[in-house]
Amino acid sequence: MADYYFQMKSLSVGYNGRPLIHDINIGIHKGEIVTLIGPNGSGKSTILKSITRQLSLIGGTVFLDRQNIGKLTYKELSRKMSVVLTERMKPELMTCHEMVATGRYPYTGRLGILSREDEKKVEDAMIAVHAADLGCRSYNAISDGQRQRILLARAICQEPEIIILDEPTSFLDVRHKLELLSILRSMAKEKQITVIMSLHEIDLAQKISDKIICVKGETIANFGRPEEIFNEDVIRDLYEIDNGFFDPLFGSIELPSPKGEPEVFVISACGSGIPIFRRLQKENVPFAAGILYTNDVDYQLARLLAAEVVTERPFEQISDDAYDRALALMKKCKYVIDAGVPIGVCNRRMEALLKEGEKSGKLEKSQQKSSFPLTLSGELFYNSRK
Amino acid sequence: MHKNDSTANGNLEFHKENLKRRTRFAAVFVFLIAAFCLITVLNINTGNVNIPVSRILKIIFTGTGEPAEYNIIWKIRMPRILMAAILGGALSLSGFLLQTFFENPIAGPFILGISSGAKMIVALAMIYFIDQYQVVSSYTLIVAAFVGSLICTGFILLFSRKIRGMATLLVAGTMIGYICSAVTDFLVTFAEDSDIVNLHGWSQGSFSGMSWSNVSISAIVVGGTLVLTFLLSKPIGAYQLGEAYAQSMGVNIKVFRVALILLSSILSACVTAFAGPISFVGIAVPFLVKRCLNTSKPLVVIPGTFLGGAVFCMMCDLIARMAFAPMELNISTVTSIFGAPVVIFMMLRRKRST
Repeated sequence: MADYYFQMKSLSVGYNGRPLIHDINIGIHKGEIVTLIGPNGSGKSTILKSITRQLSLIGGTVFLDRQNIGKLTYKELSRKMSVVLTERMKPELMTCHEMVATGRYPYTGRLGILSREDEKKVEDAMIAVHAADLGCRSYNAISDGQRQRILLARAICQEPEIIILDEPTSFLDVRHKLELLSILRSMAKEKQITVIMSLHEIDLAQKISDKIICVKGETIANFGRPEEIFNEDVIRDLYEIDNGFFDPLFGSIELPSPKGEPEVFVISACGSGIPIFRRLQKENVPFAAGILYTNDVDYQLARLLAAEVVTERPFEQISDDAYDRALALMKKCKYVIDAGVPIGVCNRRMEALLKEGEKSGKLEKSQQKSSFPLTLSGELFYNSRK
Repeated sequence: MHKNDSTANGNLEFHKENLKRRTRFAAVFVFLIAAFCLITVLNINTGNVNIPVSRILKIIFTGTGEPAEYNIIWKIRMPRILMAAILGGALSLSGFLLQTFFENPIAGPFILGISSGAKMIVALAMIYFIDQYQVVSSYTLIVAAFVGSLICTGFILLFSRKIRGMATLLVAGTMIGYICSAVTDFLVTFAEDSDIVNLHGWSQGSFSGMSWSNVSISAIVVGGTLVLTFLLSKPIGAYQLGEAYAQSMGVNIKVFRVALILLSSILSACVTAFAGPISFVGIAVPFLVKRCLNTSKPLVVIPGTFLGGAVFCMMCDLIARMAFAPMELNISTVTSIFGAPVVIFMMLRRKRST
């Protein structure tokens, strides 16, 4: 059984005795953050509900610290595992402090009265999620983001070894998402608390997780480190994306590129082209880009958005072939945009390319890198539409 | 630095708030106990036969006095007051448990038809036992009511699986109540004369005609259930967060749910067996008590609800006896007048908040 802390062994899960997902074999080490990703309705929640014993297993076993969790009493399990669920509660007349304090349940006596030590732990948990000032507010009267933090504090003060969270970041804005995830990360790394959760934001999943579980169809599509999982093909297959791209390098999601013959040729380097690419894409103008070194940050986006890209290998001088292709493309296009290119020893020929552009009379200079060529491109798009 | 400041402030504010809450709990309980004493005195002191306070005190504390007055105080008024207190508390507590169980603040033994179900089986038992043995014991009635409560709760549970909405569940419960009442009416119509006299007053709900043996039996049954319920206040608190969370805190949900149903059924059964179905107490009292305490923590709400229910029913019984004396009203008539507006108010508030 190796030295996995948490293990799902030929697990099959589902409702009413009908398996939805089967043959789940996954081992997780202590202190790891494991994220389930997959399309809506793929069964992420079903898996989470099954490993927290809310749903009975259809087959297989779940081991926690080498013990079969089905054999533990609920009380024993509650001292090891805490949960943050998607269910939206509306508890009557309950303050946030009381809500967090329910996490102490497995440790208090018959009547559930908090000891001084329990109170301290409740307070610490609230401080850990930056919610100390919410204590006496009514749980129903706070925002979704605050609620999520309170629920996390509740889960933390249950002093678990493993926390299971079902879509903890939904309903949260960007700032709260980052805050919540960084709390989870520090818990996992400092206190060796294992975290299993489901996320919709694959970009965040890539950045926070030690392991990724891709849930799709009747089995686990993929399980592994984010570096293995996050490539264009795996993500495209997982979510069946046919109208956009996932950029594994930056973990960003791109809308589909404009279709058709390129109308605009963008000359850029070192990121100066990115705002222009995006703008052209939004206006649905097909464009070409070049000449880009394949290690240029502009290339990573142009690759996904441009109709055509003329490239050159890194640190090489620009070859005749690339130069000619760029020139040909430029001639075909109605407009040429100079987004700003720093000229160095290797890319001297870009100067010549820009000169050609100027000669053709199609060249429009973007302002310096920092500023976005708004007025210019506004006019340009207007013209190109006609 | 700033963060620390705000944390410290938060803490201070929290402790202040905590103190305020405790003061509030104490105030509510003091008020309820005072009201309890006051209404007890008023209740003993009022009736169709006017007995001066001095003689009442003498009768109670020395046990001497005119036999007629002695009997009125000891055999009629005292058991009736105590019964109103015990059963009122039981009824409210049963309402609180059902509300917790169905996660629905408008659930209660009467509105879900559970009282009517108990009434139906009690009527059957009465007719059968009186026909066969000429007598029927209190225990038999409690058991019959308990069986009736369980049968109706079973039906409600079946419905609640299929329907999630709060309103629909209540309508289903009310319909069950009507069916049971119809069956009861049918039984009463065809029962022999002597039974009808017994049944009729009882089936409308009343605290009259209580004996000391009734008091002691219900005190034992209700008292025991109250203690058990109080001991369950921790899992009840967990259950208020929903099944899934309660389970993650270590509550064995299956066992707990059964316990909750059994306790609330025993309580409402005991009430129905002795006083017949009484409306709205089970909904209105827990609601008012929770508002007054400004918490839903079972540890304080359970004793608060019991005490509040006792006070409420004693007050209603006083009104039922005295409003049109010597005519006596049904207890449900009075509890409805006070309880139904509270329920309407609750529904309006809920609509607004969602």
